[in-house]
Amino acid sequence: MAADTTQFLRFLDVKKSYDQKILVVKGFSLDVAKGEFITLLGPSGSGKTTILMLLAGFESVTGGDIQIDGVPVTRTAPYKRNIGMVFQNYALFPHMTVAENLAYPLKVRSLDRSEITARVKDYLALVELEDYGKRHPGQLSGGQRQRVALARALIFEPSLVLMDEPLGALDKKLREQMQFEITRLHKKLGFTVIYVTHDQTEALTMSDRVAVFNDGVVQQCASPDVLYERPSNAFVADFIGENNLMPAKIAAVRGDSVRVTVAGGQEITAQAADIREVGGKCIISVRPEKMFIKPSDHAYDNEITANFIVRHYVGDFIRYYFELSDGSEITIKVLNDAAAPVFDEGQLAQLIWQTSDCFAFRTM
Amino acid sequence: MTATTFDDARPVSASPGLTREEAGFARRELNRRRLRAFALVIPLLVFISFAFFAPIATMLHRSVYNPTVVQLIPDTLAKLQSWDGEGRPDDSVLTAMAVDLKRLANNRTSGKLGEALNRGLPGTSSAVKATARKLRQVDDATLAADGAALLLGANDKWASVELWRNVRKTGRTYSDRYFLTALDLERNAEGDVQTREAAQIYVQLYTKTMRIALIITILTMLLGYPLAFVLANAPARTASLLMVMVLLPFWTSLLVRTTAWIALLQTNGVINSVLMGVGVIGEPLEMLFTEFATIVAMTHILLPFMVLPLYSVMKGIDRSYMRAALSLGSSPIPAFIRIYFPMTVPGLSAGALLVFIISVGYYITPALVGGTDGQMISNIIAFHMQQSNNWELAAALGALLLVLIIALYWIYDLLVGADNIKLA
Repeated sequence: MAADTTQFLRFLDVKKSYDQKILVVKGFSLDVAKGEFITLLGPSGSGKTTILMLLAGFESVTGGDIQIDGVPVTRTAPYKRNIGMVFQNYALFPHMTVAENLAYPLKVRSLDRSEITARVKDYLALVELEDYGKRHPGQLSGGQRQRVALARALIFEPSLVLMDEPLGALDKKLREQMQFEITRLHKKLGFTVIYVTHDQTEALTMSDRVAVFNDGVVQQCASPDVLYERPSNAFVADFIGENNLMPAKIAAVRGDSVRVTVAGGQEITAQAADIREVGGKCIISVRPEKMFIKPSDHAYDNEITANFIVRHYVGDFIRYYFELSDGSEITIKVLNDAAAPVFDEGQLAQLIWQTSDCFAFRTM
Repeated sequence: MTATTFDDARPVSASPGLTREEAGFARRELNRRRLRAFALVIPLLVFISFAFFAPIATMLHRSVYNPTVVQLIPDTLAKLQSWDGEGRPDDSVLTAMAVDLKRLANNRTSGKLGEALNRGLPGTSSAVKATARKLRQVDDATLAADGAALLLGANDKWASVELWRNVRKTGRTYSDRYFLTALDLERNAEGDVQTREAAQIYVQLYTKTMRIALIITILTMLLGYPLAFVLANAPARTASLLMVMVLLPFWTSLLVRTTAWIALLQTNGVINSVLMGVGVIGEPLEMLFTEFATIVAMTHILLPFMVLPLYSVMKGIDRSYMRAALSLGSSPIPAFIRIYFPMTVPGLSAGALLVFIISVGYYITPALVGGTDGQMISNIIAFHMQQSNNWELAAALGALLLVLIIALYWIYDLLVGADNIKLA
């Protein structure tokens, strides 16, 4: 048994290939602490669901090892792993009532009838569906089914719960409600969650840590704020949130920051993320809400001239679109207040921002 | 900002309903649409009513309607009305019969009467034909005067009470006796229903038909379920190849397939040759023209009817259900029984219903490979239609088959629920 609770669940260089030729997961390593909420985030086909299937035991591991509490589980049958799972389509058994669905994992564990009844009642109350025990899944709304699926995955008290895009089929409002619900249950019951999604808002709001997947590899695994504010490479910078990406060339390196030339020979300073070679091609990223249009009260280290193209009225803010001389586009979000400037098409504008909000990445 | 600044600000709550013209327009629109839909199905309705409903109605009617005797000897039957059923009828009745028989003999329809009467009382046919032949030469005046004596002289059967009772019985335009025969029943002299004294074959045949159909249904289930499972879970390419193999029999002529079974099963056929060649058996097995042959060939022919609905249902079952059951701690076999199988029941019951109903009324395969042993109810119906010319009995047997199938469907509906059926 591993004494270290930060290594409750370990992926050790896990590899997976379906066709003996191409690796879908290329050496995935991750330590998950007990009670942690980890999200695997990535575009479709990035291998994140495969990781879940390997962990649940529905697919076999091609290479590497998975350990739960220090015990390798790769050779354990799925039904002996004691892992709760919530599926995207809920997978509630349509021919059983809600209560029977919840009782199922307890029945196969041969619990006392009275204990089963009591536990089903408790968990129905937990997801606020006390009066729905006798209904069939077909008679429930999407959100209610989701709650039942959640309760069923939790009722046998697994230490690890997997969720495969559980909110993917819900509309926006319900999704937000369920995000809140899942976080609440997680805080209350303290189980460990591995959550798979392609919705980054969901990932950022719910998780302790997010592992961003692309092409079978984890690009960055960090807490949501680090992920958003200090992305470690161009993929993460582009994938998480909205970002302005400008091609540039490194002119000089000064410690952790680099001096780069962008379109039209304008020079700016950026923090070096994963590139430091002088003369190397790089990508500069600045978030739209971190850029400002002169005149402005905001402090700034960098200034650049760009052509105004158009502005879009969104409501709470206004989006401005600019173009650099090399054709790369820049978007700026400006709060909808009296300070929002008005431009003519093609008019030149001065855009400003701070070096701390600006990163230089290796070109993808 | 006030409401008046909006150009198309309308008081929304003021007009909740439609005006009379609007309502009328909406109704006309709806009617037009219905009419169009109806017009599109008219050809089909016409076709179905004349190719489906009319024949069935005729058949059902035919099973109780038998006008042959009434049409052939109307006068005799009219005179027979007053007979009390005890002792030989009056001479006037016998005379009328003699006159009728002469007319029939000249029309060459006495055989028809003989056949009709023979069904109720075997042996009557020859008496009728022989008498008619003798009476043909007698002139009308002699016949009118001395008909009764001539009739009795021609054949002594005319003196029997049985015969006349039978004449009166078969002389009714509408009767239930073919239904009774189809159920191995008959009416005795008092008119009460009793078990038929002569050969009882039909109830036994119905039972046998049901038994064969049930065996075939179970066999197609046992063979079709795993196959459908493999099909539904195979990768698309393999699945379509397997599907072609399932459907191939569908696209081959039924006759060809059945004939192929003859080639396989006959005494010097493929199976016997192979088995004898290998040395498993010393002398050929009798497989063709047995119940076994009927069951094997029909199972083969009806298998797609089981596989297709099962496949379509299984295809719709996401693998996450089984995975959910496993993740909840159930081992594979209980999970299959408790979770997967119940979800396939709609397909299984649809397949079972299809196979059972089709096989209950199956004709060609038992006719070709079944011999005497493997005959089913439809073969007897065909026999009465084509050989014994007893259309009334054929119709009664057919009607009973229809009732049987409807009853089975009803029981099935009670047990499984018809809305649970899923064909595709």
